[in-house]
This record gives sequence, structure tokens and C-alpha cells, in this order.
Amino acid sequence: MDLAHTPEEEEFRTRLREWLGQVLPTLPPKPSPDDWPGRRAYDLGWQRRLYDAGYADVHWDASPAVRLIFLEETEKAGAPYVGAGFVGLLHAGPTIAAEGTAEQRARWLPPILRGEEVWCQGFSEPDAGSDLAALRTRARRDGDDYVVSGSKIWTSHAEVADWCELLVRTDPEAPKHRGISWLAMPMDAPGITVRPLKTLAGSAEFAEVFLDEVRVPVANRVGDENDGWRVTMVTLSFERGTAFVGEVVACRRVLRELAGEAHKNGRWDDPVLRRRLGRLNAEFRALWRLTQWNVSEAMGVPPVGRSRGRGRTGGVPGGVPGVGGSVFKLRYSHARQELYDAAADVLGPQALDLDRPWVLDRLSSLSYTIAAGTSQIQRNIVAERILGLPKGR
Amino acid sequence: MRFQLTEDQRALRDGVRELLARRFGRAALRAAVEEPGRLDRALWRELGAAGFFALRLPEARGGVGLGLPEAVLAFEEAGRTLLPGPLVATHLAAGEVPGAATGEAVVADVGACGLVEWLAEADVVRGDAAGAVPLRSVDPLTPLHQVPVARGVDPVAVLLTAAEQLGSAARACELAVQHARGREQFGQPIGGFQAVKHLCAEMLVRTETARAAVYAAAVTADAADIDTARLLADEAAVRGARDCLQVHGGMGFTWEFEVHLHLKRAWVRTHRAGDATESEERMAAELLAQPI
Repeated sequence: MDLAHTPEEEEFRTRLREWLGQVLPTLPPKPSPDDWPGRRAYDLGWQRRLYDAGYADVHWDASPAVRLIFLEETEKAGAPYVGAGFVGLLHAGPTIAAEGTAEQRARWLPPILRGEEVWCQGFSEPDAGSDLAALRTRARRDGDDYVVSGSKIWTSHAEVADWCELLVRTDPEAPKHRGISWLAMPMDAPGITVRPLKTLAGSAEFAEVFLDEVRVPVANRVGDENDGWRVTMVTLSFERGTAFVGEVVACRRVLRELAGEAHKNGRWDDPVLRRRLGRLNAEFRALWRLTQWNVSEAMGVPPVGRSRGRGRTGGVPGGVPGVGGSVFKLRYSHARQELYDAAADVLGPQALDLDRPWVLDRLSSLSYTIAAGTSQIQRNIVAERILGLPKGR
Repeated sequence: MRFQLTEDQRALRDGVRELLARRFGRAALRAAVEEPGRLDRALWRELGAAGFFALRLPEARGGVGLGLPEAVLAFEEAGRTLLPGPLVATHLAAGEVPGAATGEAVVADVGACGLVEWLAEADVVRGDAAGAVPLRSVDPLTPLHQVPVARGVDPVAVLLTAAEQLGSAARACELAVQHARGREQFGQPIGGFQAVKHLCAEMLVRTETARAAVYAAAVTADAADIDTARLLADEAAVRGARDCLQVHGGMGFTWEFEVHLHLKRAWVRTHRAGDATESEERMAAELLAQPI
């Protein structure tokens, strides 16, 4: 057991730190959370800078240890979050890299890396959220096109996206996991209507997407027809495995800020609150150790695409995270909610003021036990796939 | 960074597991429960011969010359099997108290809460045991005395105790899962019911989070990492045993089924390192100390 990084990895950290120190002061001011075109431009601008500096493909081509250092250092330095690039860089990109053809990788991967195109995720439906395989959006073959009708919901960044990773039912007769295909749908195709949805935090973070006879070329299908479920599992394991690394670092910073605030406003004198913050410190320290454990485990797993000889940006780097990601996601999503509940106790009545720091974060944290598979679904996954308990209800 | 067990560490863990399965299986456990307060000296010497107590003692001084990570793995196995005796105290005394390293001597410590485990069976007691009053111990496998003057606790003792808690938590999870797969009610294994399934899943989540914390503390020996390990491992062991008992239903509430022994021992261990609120206070103070 070793927690020390190699000299090469530490060199990467030093170079990255120096670069961040130079580039971060030159960034434009952050757009307001409701300004989606502004956020798109800001997030893509950041991705472009990463690209020019040679860091764009760190999520894809670097070893898990280097990815860990990248996420740790960018978060510590207060660099912009991946933001509008999230689905492209952490969902659709890795999926296309692992499952796409050479043409598909050449068409879609470079614009993601260069910060030119934004992707959104068309998975969830009004009647198929956590029961994803129950989705009903249909795609019927017509010549070289699929003709797609149905609707998607909870689609983040839909109004500013260029592409949608879309799950459709291509065989309504097949068992529900078997008749699904994965399509890349251009968001400017005729027949697409996007209606922003307001979250409980009052902002338009996601949207409903209505699809009325939208034509998507068959060539945009990634993976085989009716094999979309398996393709999707590749995507989801990424979401559950590595997407939260930077956030753990962020939570540890927030906790220190909270302690400072409590010290300032006198709440630190309350031993109950103080010990609660102490316990949260232990919690997030342990979650960071769990992250290092999972990343080390992933180092031993061969790269998905590369093992099939696909080369640079054609492979998903070592370690498609396994179901262990569910263990992490379960613990982390609850810890994050406890963190912001503690923040509310540090703030006192000011926790009712939306203009105070941490208040909007507290509202956003409510999504953590729901998004990317509810805690209930994650517990089923842990129980059935790790512990081997029978499927049931 | 390779934060995974090495081949040697796996081999060591498997070796200790085999030794304990052979020498302290379920029958030995039941026998020990039937004769509370008596320590198996032959087993103690056998542990000594296997290097359990001298594990971290340098080879030049007759020890095995291994480090904290290896000691943590051995104590995790001890926790799994509910191995009785002042294991941590004797391990810490190796090299200082004659006979401790080889298992010839049984060493007891005055703990941070003024509790002394196995006082009557001990050959050597470290700390001031004057005025010791026997308690009717809740754990049939850990006789307890209370003394008026508590003693500062070694951080290594805190960590090895956390390792025992981790082993206990992992074992409770296994027992629960085993039962949930086999026991049928309403025409299906109860592990198929989400209410039961989710209890088991949470047990694993707590255990694996504690594992990362305990192993990391073994690598760094950092004070905050040890407090973290202690808090997470205590939680995993105590709640794990309770949930395991719940999964077993009425059977879990009986003397015959071993989960109550895990719960009671986990309770004893939560006091060995002092009050948990002290760890929480230190972790709170650490927040003000330095940036991450």
C-alpha cells in the first residue's frame, strides 16, 4: 500500500500548478448561473485553453493517477468546473472512444477536446427515470435515417447543446433491455423542441426535449442496433466512477471555509456543531482515501479501447470504474447533503437568504441522491452486483 | 500511488486468516464464551510464535520487522474472528515487556477511559491499576475493570483498534449477506426484499469507506488520519453489528448467534481510545489549522 505518486506524476502536478498560476488570473469573470449562452462560452473557452496547453484529453488518455492529480489541482486552484463540457468530456466522449468506429471518433472527439461542441444527455424520460430501460422514445428505420419520436426530460445544457447522446427504442418487441440503441442526434435537426425546466433552486439547469419525427442518420448510431443498453453501461460507469473526484476536494475546502465562518460568527463555541464539523472532516478525508483506493484499483484494469489497439484518444484510459463507484456515490451524495445542512446551522437564519454563500449549494445538493441513479437504485446495484443478493423487489 | 494491498500483504493477511480459522473457529469461540475470563495461554503462545506480537519489532531485536500496514491487516483478521485477549496492549509491549513479543507474557493496559481489559489474567499491567473495581462486563469475551486514573493512549493502539473494528464490520456484513441469501420468507430469499437488501448495501458502504480510512492511516501514521480511521471504523462496526442483528430477525436476538458478540466487543473497543467526542474535537480543530 502506497500513497506516494511517482516522480513523473509529481512533475505533472508541478507543471500543472505553474500553468494554472499563470492562466487563472487572465480568465474573464464568471457569467451568472442563469446565463446559459454565457456559461457555454465561458466553459468552452476554458476547455480551449486546456487544449492549447495540452491538458484537454487528460480525462481520456492519462492514467487514473494523473487524472486524479489533474482534478485535485484544478479544484484546489479554483479553476473553472468542466460545466457545459461535462457530457461531452465525461459521458459521450468516453463512450464514443470505447464503442465508436474510426469515423465516429474522428468526427466527434476532436471538437469535444477543442471546446467547440457541447453535448447533452437524452437518457431519462418522464416515465423512465431510474428505470431507464423502460424508455419509450421510438426510432423507426426509414432508408438511411432513423425517425425519432418521443420526449426526454432532466436534460442538462439542452438549450445550448450541439449534440445529444440519445437512447431510443429500436425494437419495441424485444425484452426491454435488448431493443435500445445509442444515437448521436444533432440538436438543430427539425422536429426538436427544447423547453427549459426550472429547478427547486430557481434556475433553469435542465430542460424537457420533445422529439417529433426527428431524422437522425443511421451512421450516427454508436454500437450495434439494439445494443445500446450495453453501450450505455459503459457511459454510466464513468459517471459513477470518476465524475466526483474534484467535488470531494471542493467539499473539503467548503468545510474549512465553514469552520472559519463559524469561528468568526461565534457558532464555533457550540460543541455540538463543532463536533459535527469535526465528524464531517473525518467523513470527507475518508472519502478522499476511498477515491485514492478506487483510482489505484482502476490502475490495474486494462484500458477499454486501447486494449483493442485503438491508440490515442481512441481508448478509454485504464479503468472503466466498476460497481465500486456505486459505493462511493452512495456515501458521497449523502455526505454532501450533510455538509450543506451543517452550513445552514453555521449560518443560522441567514441560511434563508438566497444571496448568502452555500445557500444555493444546499438546494443543489438535494439532487445528489437522485441524479445519476437514485440512492435506492445504487443500493440495489451494490447489493445485487457486489454482494450477490437475489434480484427482487 | 498504488493504494492497494501488495502480494506480500495479501499473503500475510491470508496466513493470519488461516491460522485463526484453524485455532479459533466457531467451536473455540463458543467454548471461550462458556468460560468467561479465562485466556487460552496455548493460543497466546502460538500467536507469539507466529509473530503476531513481534510483527513491528525490528529483526535485529528478534521481531518480524514489518510495519503498521501489516499490523493493521493482522488486527483486522483478529477483529473478524473476535479473537479475545489484550491483543493491542501485548503487541505494543513487544520489545519493552519481557515475554510479550513471544506470547509468553500477557500484557494489559490502563486505557484512556480508565478501563482495563483482562486485568486478572495479565502478567504485566502498564499504567496505574490501583483501586481497580471489576465491572460485570457486557462483553462475555472481555473482562473489564475500572480504575480511577486514566492513561494517555498511544495513537498506534487507536489505529490497531480501528483495524479490529474494520474486521468486525466486514464479518458482520458477510454474516448478514449469507443469511439474507439463504433464509426464505414469503416464498423467496429475504435478500430479494429491498428493505433487507438496502441494510446490507449500507453495511458494505460503511465497511469499505472505513477500510480506505484505516489503510490510509496505516500508510501515513498521520494523527488526523488515525482519528478519521477511528471514527469511521467505530461507526462501521457498531452499526454493522446492529444491522446484522436486524437482518437475522429473532435469531439475531439469541445468545447462540454470534452477532451480539460482535456488537458488544465493538462497544468495548469504542472506549479503548477515549471518548469519540475527543476525536471529533481534534478533527474540528484540524479544520482551522491549515488549508487542504
